[in-house]
Amino acid sequence: MDYALLKKRKFINRIMATAITALSLTAVFMVLMIFVFLFKESSLFITSDFVKHEMKELGITISTLFGSEYQSVSYPPKLGLQPLITSTIRVTFVAILVATPLSFLAAIYTSIFAPRWIKELIKPCIELLAGIPTVVLGFFALIILASWIQAVTGSVYRLNALVGGIALSFTIIPIMFTLMEDAITSVPVPMKEASLALGATYWQTAIKVLIPAAKSGMIAAFLLGASRAFGETMIALMATGNAALNTFDIMVPARTLAANIGQEMAEVAFGDFHYATLFFTGLILFLVTFTFNAIANLYVGHLVSKSLGKV
Amino acid sequence: MANKILYQLVKRPGDSTMVLLTFIATLIIMAILTVILTTIGIFGAPHVSLDFLIKAPEEGMTEGGIYPAIIGTTLLVITMSIMGLPVGLITAVFLHEYAGEKSKLANIVRFAVNNLAGVPAIVYGIFGLSFFVFFLGTQIDSLFYGGNLKWGKPALIWASCTMALLTLPVVIVSVEEALRTVTRDEREAAYALGATHWEVVHRVVIPKALGGILTGGILAVSRGAGEVAPVLFTGAAYFLPELPRSFSDQFMEMGYHIFVMSTQSHDIDATKPIQFATTLVLLLLTFSLNFVAVLMRRRIRITRR
Repeated sequence: MDYALLKKRKFINRIMATAITALSLTAVFMVLMIFVFLFKESSLFITSDFVKHEMKELGITISTLFGSEYQSVSYPPKLGLQPLITSTIRVTFVAILVATPLSFLAAIYTSIFAPRWIKELIKPCIELLAGIPTVVLGFFALIILASWIQAVTGSVYRLNALVGGIALSFTIIPIMFTLMEDAITSVPVPMKEASLALGATYWQTAIKVLIPAAKSGMIAAFLLGASRAFGETMIALMATGNAALNTFDIMVPARTLAANIGQEMAEVAFGDFHYATLFFTGLILFLVTFTFNAIANLYVGHLVSKSLGKV
Repeated sequence: MANKILYQLVKRPGDSTMVLLTFIATLIIMAILTVILTTIGIFGAPHVSLDFLIKAPEEGMTEGGIYPAIIGTTLLVITMSIMGLPVGLITAVFLHEYAGEKSKLANIVRFAVNNLAGVPAIVYGIFGLSFFVFFLGTQIDSLFYGGNLKWGKPALIWASCTMALLTLPVVIVSVEEALRTVTRDEREAAYALGATHWEVVHRVVIPKALGGILTGGILAVSRGAGEVAPVLFTGAAYFLPELPRSFSDQFMEMGYHIFVMSTQSHDIDATKPIQFATTLVLLLLTFSLNFVAVLMRRRIRITRR
């Protein structure tokens, strides 16, 4: 036996194990870096002498961030985040309101009532919908959907939170639908059969047995959809009208946190007050979606352990 | 079963109304898809021609084609794959082949991957700007170029890095699924012949899972080709008649082209045919990539059975 070769092979084996473990930490490192850099750039208010000097010269304090007016090009710039936050809430709210019932009902139909051939038709269609780039949906909403919605509602503004919200719902329907359908299908079959054997109809089984059993998955689906709508940029940028109005009226234009970054980041000077503000809003987006996702994962984790424990 | 459901529904009108409602919801979703695709197809198709695909924009972007944007997008996704695929592959191999069931490290990696999947695209955009462009780029400039601006500005390489990060979860999830298709027998046969862990992984597992790994790559490319927000500030340019010559150049991108043409071009109505045609080309590109991925995935699932 060639001991030198064996030794070499074992050595390579050890080296590769270490290398693979080390390289797989890239994802962890990058998440940390995202957090560190967003935090670093948004804390320039406190850490950067340049920003402090700039704020003094413009006569503004950090409390401007809580103001109700957002006009970045005025002098001194008014960077109150209230309008951006209300806009984001408006648009996200519309998107959730449209997407949730549609996905919920369609998921029930597909997982319980649909014949096999319809099921086989729906799933690729949903995948297709999920595969449409958001910029294409934004374009569709901007050029076509906006005119249709204006014709129906007769609103003053062609682009508004309603148009943006409806277009956004197109991106979150596939997410919500897939996860909800998955949650219902993964309810253990014996539960369904027991209910049917007791004389319940299919609809009763669906409402009283399957959906309650799939509740965690449903909530997770809702949270992931909401978090996606909250942070989506291109659709909000193209179809909401981009005016930072501090209101909860969905028929007027909106400018979401994400769209605002997309609109203004290319124009700011590196390291100034405006730059720090945009990173601060980015940090908000990151933290909110992070929380939503963490809660959703918690729910799905429960679902998995629950079904494992029972069957 | 279907007959039994129908029978119950006829007997109970209350139930059938509700089921009808769920059916209508499904129809609405299908209708949304159909309407989007047909409108873009109808308005876009007449303007798509060979000239449109191989010519640069002309006459202040109101005429001509989208050749530079197609090349830009292609370069972006190729560079992105070169950087993202190996990392995704290695991470998936670690999670599935090296880490034990209860490995804490693997859980941390999984948590990070889940989070990367949930971060909004625009956050990747500003992270790419501050980390890759302003931090890494400026560092490289001051170290190797005596502070001359070469890498510390939006560039193809930084856009690709950002996009690689965004598509990393897609790659990892697909590769892990592929690794799962390699049976225990195959691994154990290799071990029985005296192979080391690494030899099993790179001689048996990875070749067997190659189809799935490619699927992951294709899905990532399709996702990367469609995202715009991450490249907004990290490398995409409004108008560049010349193709990028180096990784430090800016580039045109199809999605970004649609965005600027439909929101910022000086004659939006005149360029509408170009906008629709570009949208159709982008849509066809992402769909055909997805289609290939779905077919490959289906084949893998069938062979597993």
